[in-house]
Amino acid sequence: MTPEVHIRCRGLEKRFRDKDVLRGVTLDVRAGETLVVLGGSGSGKSVLLKHMNALLTPDAGSVEVEGVVLGSCREDELARIRRNVAMLFQQAALFDSLTVAENVAYPLREHHLCAEPELRDRVRTALDMVGLAGTETLMPSELSGGMRKRAALARALVLEPRAILYDEPTTGLDPVVAAKVNHLIRDLQRRLGLTGVVVTHDLGSAFFVADRIAFLHDGRIRFVGPPEEARASTDPHLHEFLTAA
Amino acid sequence: MIGSEALRTPEQGARAALPAGVVTFLDALGGITLLSGDAIRTAFRRPPEWRLVSEQLEQVGWRSLSIVNLTAVFTGMVLALQLGSYLSRFGAKMFVSRIVGVSLVREMGPVLTALMIGGRVGAGITAELGSMTVTDQVDAIRALGASPVRNLVVPRLLAVLIMLPVLTLIGDLVGVLGGLLIGVTELNLSAAFYINSLTQVLLLEDVFSGLGKSIFFAYFIAAIACYEGLAVTGGADGVGRATTRTVVAASITVLVSDFFLTKLFMIAT
Repeated sequence: MTPEVHIRCRGLEKRFRDKDVLRGVTLDVRAGETLVVLGGSGSGKSVLLKHMNALLTPDAGSVEVEGVVLGSCREDELARIRRNVAMLFQQAALFDSLTVAENVAYPLREHHLCAEPELRDRVRTALDMVGLAGTETLMPSELSGGMRKRAALARALVLEPRAILYDEPTTGLDPVVAAKVNHLIRDLQRRLGLTGVVVTHDLGSAFFVADRIAFLHDGRIRFVGPPEEARASTDPHLHEFLTAA
Repeated sequence: MIGSEALRTPEQGARAALPAGVVTFLDALGGITLLSGDAIRTAFRRPPEWRLVSEQLEQVGWRSLSIVNLTAVFTGMVLALQLGSYLSRFGAKMFVSRIVGVSLVREMGPVLTALMIGGRVGAGITAELGSMTVTDQVDAIRALGASPVRNLVVPRLLAVLIMLPVLTLIGDLVGVLGGLLIGVTELNLSAAFYINSLTQVLLLEDVFSGLGKSIFFAYFIAAIACYEGLAVTGGADGVGRATTRTVVAASITVLVSDFFLTKLFMIAT
């Protein structure tokens, strides 16, 4: 039986000024899997990720999330879809002027999803889940890099999404903290059954969290398959990427 | 264009034939128009968070009060001093209060207040939104299913639209008091004469003309500042450039539009 596809990208093309960043990317993300998109710096990984929740619109091609074509959605429909496809940004993107608890509560307040007492419980639960209990009153500037990423993850999780897009989740973290984040990604997939798309050039992280790996090079997908097949791939660019590290 | 979409490639074709400066200007004009339309639609569809609006009211109004008052009082004083010295030669220094008052209320008050707010508040809005854009905070708002226009643009637009006329009115009053101070201390006019002389010529329509202008100035400043902030690309360098563009564009727009608005209000009254 063919696994259910959660996010479907078809022939995505994107050009910024004089640079073709995506040149016909076709990729399926299966429900419940963690797909890692590998590629060098500037290969278009983050651009591809931002198409999956319509933060960017393609010049050509389409993205479907759970069967809904994003290009045909109005902004309010996109807002509803984005609540189910959360995103963890490379720089965490916590709101500087809000405390950790206010950051995590932001989407709940914005969508009026629950009353204040329940809201506080949900914020505490989300922070517990990422190992940040007791940091509610801290400002983002008081957190370390790893804590910022985990706080951002708590903010993404609080809406109980069905998929999470991770943009370079371990970049800039020391190996111990990076390992914690990798375990967290794996743990969330196992416990909550979340679909995950992880964009990274950190091979250790990629092979730890991936069910499948996609390799993006020069705006095109050169390989998609399980990690062990990636290691055995004869694609020269993927081979060079894996052996150079 | 907001957040990541600010990086979109301009289409080729007719645009490619135009000089780069013209394309940039038209891009900005189109972007500001679209953003304004979006803000108006958003504000009517779902009322803004009044907590966010009140934060901005404080930021725009209360925190700008000292700079507006300082500008107004010294402008009133220097106008009175110059006019007093000049008109005394013809024995006409009794007209100082009328000229100072009318020129402040109709012209200098609204323009100088708008220039001060354009510099202080406009630059602040662009720097804040620009920093949020380059650190993905604007995209994060969208990714959480919320609207950056509703949460960032509408409160700032409303706050400037409300506070600039209020600050203009306060500035007018303080400027007149500055003129009065010089009239009494330097020109040997009595305070009662100064005020009576002014109230004989100053009409309500003079005040409304100045306030009417300030509403247009407020829109130009807030719309330019928000657009530039949300369209920032690059890092801190991009934020710096956008902030400078906001101050220059807001100042030029205030000065140029002042001429046309003055003509408009003259026809209307």
